Amino acid sequence: MAANGQIKIFTLKIDGKDVSARSDQTVLQVCRENEFFIPTLCHLEGLSNIGACRLCMVEVAGQRKLLPACTTMVSEAMEVTTTNDKLAHYRKMTLELIFSERNHTCSVCVSNNHCELQFLSQKLGINHIRVPYRFPKFAVDASHPYFILDHNRCILCTRCVRVCDEIEGAHVWDVSGRGIQAKVITELNQPWGSADTCTQCGKCVNVCPVGALSEKGRSVAENTKRSGFLPYLTARRKEKI
Amino acid sequence: MTLEELQEIKAGEELARSQKKKSIHVCVAAGCMSQNAEAVLNTIEGQLKEKGLAKEIDVKGVGCMGLCAAGPLVSIEPENRMFQEINPANAFLVTDNLEKGKKTTNDLASDSPFFKRQYKIVTENCGVINPERIEEYIAFDGYLGLYTVLHDLDQNEVVQNLIKSGLRGRGGGGYPTGLKWSTVAKAVGSKKYVICNADEGDPGAFMDRSVLESDPHRILEGMAIAAYAIGADEGFIYVRAEYPLAISRLKVAIKQAERKGLLGNNIFGTTFNFTISIRLGAGAFVCGEETALIASIEGGRGTPRPRPPYPAESGLWGKPTLINNVETFANIAPIIRKGADWYASIGTETSKGTKVFALAGQVVNTGLIEVPMGMSLREIIFDIGGGIPGGRKFKAVQTGGPSGGCIPEEFLDIKVDYESLTKLGSIMGSGGMIVMDENSNMVDVARYFMEFCMSESCGKCVPCRVGTAQIYDILTKFAERRATEADLTLLEELCDVVRNTSLCGLGQSSPNPVLSTLKYFKHEYMERIQAEVNQE
Repeated sequence: MAANGQIKIFTLKIDGKDVSARSDQTVLQVCRENEFFIPTLCHLEGLSNIGACRLCMVEVAGQRKLLPACTTMVSEAMEVTTTNDKLAHYRKMTLELIFSERNHTCSVCVSNNHCELQFLSQKLGINHIRVPYRFPKFAVDASHPYFILDHNRCILCTRCVRVCDEIEGAHVWDVSGRGIQAKVITELNQPWGSADTCTQCGKCVNVCPVGALSEKGRSVAENTKRSGFLPYLTARRKEKI
Repeated sequence: MTLEELQEIKAGEELARSQKKKSIHVCVAAGCMSQNAEAVLNTIEGQLKEKGLAKEIDVKGVGCMGLCAAGPLVSIEPENRMFQEINPANAFLVTDNLEKGKKTTNDLASDSPFFKRQYKIVTENCGVINPERIEEYIAFDGYLGLYTVLHDLDQNEVVQNLIKSGLRGRGGGGYPTGLKWSTVAKAVGSKKYVICNADEGDPGAFMDRSVLESDPHRILEGMAIAAYAIGADEGFIYVRAEYPLAISRLKVAIKQAERKGLLGNNIFGTTFNFTISIRLGAGAFVCGEETALIASIEGGRGTPRPRPPYPAESGLWGKPTLINNVETFANIAPIIRKGADWYASIGTETSKGTKVFALAGQVVNTGLIEVPMGMSLREIIFDIGGGIPGGRKFKAVQTGGPSGGCIPEEFLDIKVDYESLTKLGSIMGSGGMIVMDENSNMVDVARYFMEFCMSESCGKCVPCRVGTAQIYDILTKFAERRATEADLTLLEELCDVVRNTSLCGLGQSSPNPVLSTLKYFKHEYMERIQAEVNQE
């Protein structure tokens, strides 16, 4: 990402604290490195960043607009504010919007207690949802021999789309439809079980932050995700090069 | 192509024109075309043949004459006598009155304020030349700007000219064009692209379509000049598939320019090469957003990505890319031909030149107009637009499409430029102007635009995808008089979140119609709350 492959070292301020960073790092990476908490859902280390969930919005001095930490590259003497009342309000509101969008019922979810959405909501202190629930009707695709896709729990973070395309190289997943009608699909909107391109590797299931993708045969709260393979894989691939 | 050949074509055209006594112009842009203008053209040709005048009188289809409400329009030149609502059955009115003649029922006063108050730069050839003949464009000094640039100016001089002219992007944002060009010109890389954004999608806006249909070569010339200035050799025109006539005329224009050596290799005998291809949009409004447009040209799903990096640094296929709107490119050739100082003398302090507006809604003269920046809304709507039909009362004017806002009567005297409209909570936008009378309800207006934004959201980021749907649902509650005070608070809160956290311009500006109607017409929202309370 650095221009001409030359990496510089910057010093910047995060919440008033001086930190150092390499010019190929994002604000989010530097914040995490220095243990500043920034909530994320669409971001996953090892996948490309798309800035879609808008939870990692931060304030950068001199910038009129809020910027997503995951796609903003660091620069010299940058001043970042990771948390204040306004940002906390926006983050909570964004999470509430996610909860209102589809049918997220933790008590009957395979990912209960292993869910990133649930974790973040607890962490940010969400105790009720002020926007009305939309209660859309979505089907469940259980045609795959090992996995289940439940659109009702999907938050459209598109981690599955990216991991399948960027890491597995199969590109089984994509998004169809626009706006509130958007949903993830397998192949050309065919049942997952009939997707010839699917290698059944299960990467999509393991990177899914919620219960939308799960393993068959798991009951409530039984599906833990193992996304640890991703940093391992990307590190190994880098070594090879 | 050389300068001599260019002048030869121009002289040839002028000679041909001088051999004809008169010429009859029939508007064949989409508005008039939809009302059978082609049949009018054929009928007039037939009638002239019958009268044995075919040799003396030239008949041609031309681009948009502006007053779409009264189409199909026909004019007799050089005296500029205009006729309105001509159809094959009454086409004889034109051919019978070639010589002065008596007044007919379909006469249209060409000296009315609608025509006289306009200042034409972008649309100077609209309604004058046949858009499917490159020779006519050349006859009106077409491609002279490109020649001047290639032979007399270096790249930096072109950019400096643009900066001096004060031209700002006409797609809506109003970013200084010269600054954008200089950024791309300075970007590192041997491969650069020029893109013309013709994905005009605002409801009620049709400026770009008219320019493309009426004067396509102007865009090609503007793009070629831009390509020279920034060091690009390849260009794309991204035009929505809903504009078939514009697409077919662009294709004709590109072919003609290539045949004449005005596009391709070694243009005007220099080392400058430039090719243009067309890409069709598949009907997504969000593809007018530059990063989504680039994704769409690359063959991906048309969704925006966060900026920076801006396309000027990393655009199409990761290369430095210049994206300008149709109207911006249409301004380039005149600026080069007539000089930056001339252009900078028109308009206001911060906004130079003219702006094309599409007047629509409850206004007498629906159509396309071009006025200098700084004209007041009142002049535009009442003098040029002819006011509200049926003697009804003016209520508000909506500018800037779904990203814009509604401006009430008390601000009608404000001078229109980028800053003044933004201050009022609206935007200049691409130039749609929808006039509303006392019968329109502002909650319904806000709901209409929110429905548009909801269904045109790409679905990538949460605030825009879910937020617009939630706002729409609340507005529906207001429309059905089910809303409460709490809904109003939530509405304002949601607008704030969507505006400040959405990924691209579509989401960030989508609450504008709601916010501006809340600002100026809050009582209409309150009425609907109170009605509910009363029922209980």
